Amino acid sequence: MQYMLMIHGDEAAEAAMPEAAMQALMGAYGAYTDAMMTAGVLVAGERLRPSDTATRVRVVDGKTQVLDGPYAESKEQLGGYFVIEVPDLDQAITWAARCPSSAHGTIELRPIWPM
Amino acid sequence: MSDAHGVPFVDDAGDTASRAAEAVARRSRGRLLAFLAARSRDIAAAEDALSEAFAAALAHWPAEGVPHNPEAWLLTAARRKLIDAARRQGTQAEAADELLVLAQPGFGDAAPLAIPDERLRLLFACAHPGIAPALRAPLMLQTVLGLDAAAIGQAFRVPPATMGQRLVRGKARIREAGIPFRVPEPHELPDRLDAVLAAVYAAYSEGWCDPGGAQPQRRTLAEEALWLGRLIASLLPAEPEALGLLALMLYLESRRLARRDAAGEFVPLAVQDTQLWDAAQIDEAERALRLAASLGRPGRYQLEAAVQSAHARPRGGGPADWPAVVQLYDALQLLTGSPVVAINRAVALSRTAGAEAGLRALQAVADDPRVTTYQPYWAARADLLAQTGHTGLALAAYQQAIGLEIDPAVRRFLQRRSAALQR
Repeated sequence: MQYMLMIHGDEAAEAAMPEAAMQALMGAYGAYTDAMMTAGVLVAGERLRPSDTATRVRVVDGKTQVLDGPYAESKEQLGGYFVIEVPDLDQAITWAARCPSSAHGTIELRPIWPM
Repeated sequence: MSDAHGVPFVDDAGDTASRAAEAVARRSRGRLLAFLAARSRDIAAAEDALSEAFAAALAHWPAEGVPHNPEAWLLTAARRKLIDAARRQGTQAEAADELLVLAQPGFGDAAPLAIPDERLRLLFACAHPGIAPALRAPLMLQTVLGLDAAAIGQAFRVPPATMGQRLVRGKARIREAGIPFRVPEPHELPDRLDAVLAAVYAAYSEGWCDPGGAQPQRRTLAEEALWLGRLIASLLPAEPEALGLLALMLYLESRRLARRDAAGEFVPLAVQDTQLWDAAQIDEAERALRLAASLGRPGRYQLEAAVQSAHARPRGGGPADWPAVVQLYDALQLLTGSPVVAINRAVALSRTAGAEAGLRALQAVADDPRVTTYQPYWAARADLLAQTGHTGLALAAYQQAIGLEIDPAVRRFLQRRSAALQR
């Protein structure tokens, strides 16, 4: 089964992180990605720019509306994602727990609807 | 719950009654449930009846006073609920059967000590071969200790609702598949007891992952597992492996405080402050292990406890007994064939025969698919590669270990090791 791991974290806290801690976090992400590749579970994954770079788009009465900012204002914002291929939810949870951000943020796991 | 400014009389009585009910719930819940479940063969129905009985106690005891023998009162109330439920359920033949079972002599006898301890039978039902291994520990924790599905799910990293469904299905399976509530015969006991002990140890290991106690429910899980270990060892005093597991958990538990420094960073065994080890727990472990050894039937848990005993030697000021550790792992490997044992053995061997020898021993499990996502394998490999001067390979192995680690403190420790190698 494929799952999307959506990484939600506090951008303000992340921005305030000391340089050394940020480097350690990035290093941990590199190792985490490597481990997923070695285990053959990684399908895709990217880091997103902060939510203040977000743009919302919708079409109302045939007119395209464009708005600034993220879809939902909340304490934690979507900061990146991985898509993994694993046999079941238990293994997806194990990989989510290994994600370096799971210690300070929240990882939302969603099964991907196969097309 | 009442506050201090309520109506004094009613509140006092209510408080006394609810405190009494809580105390009985803590002390006797597992015992009462085991007794009811062993007779109705239906854990879920017994749980429902028992919670209704506790609710009835909270309703009646404030007015009528706490009964002389609260356990017997609860048992009688729960038995009535069980019989009512069986009547309501319809299917007459089945209901009649259950009623017959419930009407057996001894049911609800007045003296508290006359309520036989059936928790062992309940534990063997929970760890029956017909129950999926991963569900055995959760079932034990819920039935014998009364932990709720949310707490158990939390501890085993499973969503609460999922854990709740699994527990419900597990209990239904015990009832529908006719899994017996009995202590196995001597000839089948070793295998069956192993399943019970493995489930307890799995619960302990989950609780062990959080030595700093940052997640209270996991710390509690280690304590609950230890409690189950003591219970089993006391109910089966002639089973050396039950004592061995108890000793093993006590040795590990004795070092809990020493595994983190003041800043919450991970401290490996070799550099732990032995003053922080819990001497009373080590003494209790030594006694349990000696008693187990005197029974003359070695086994996996006794050997693992003996390894921990050798690691505990620095408490007396001496070095860890590495040759003994290697020998014990040799014996364990013959017994279990486990790649985890092979990894630990390789590390121990590196302390007696050098890093090259350790690395060669580690190579033997390198192709085992079970180790490729097992953090300790990569950490051990990285350490040994670093010691033998293979810096590039060591860094790559650290990278795997860091990527697979769940505990942030251990991850930072591995990152520091890796960074030190790059300097």
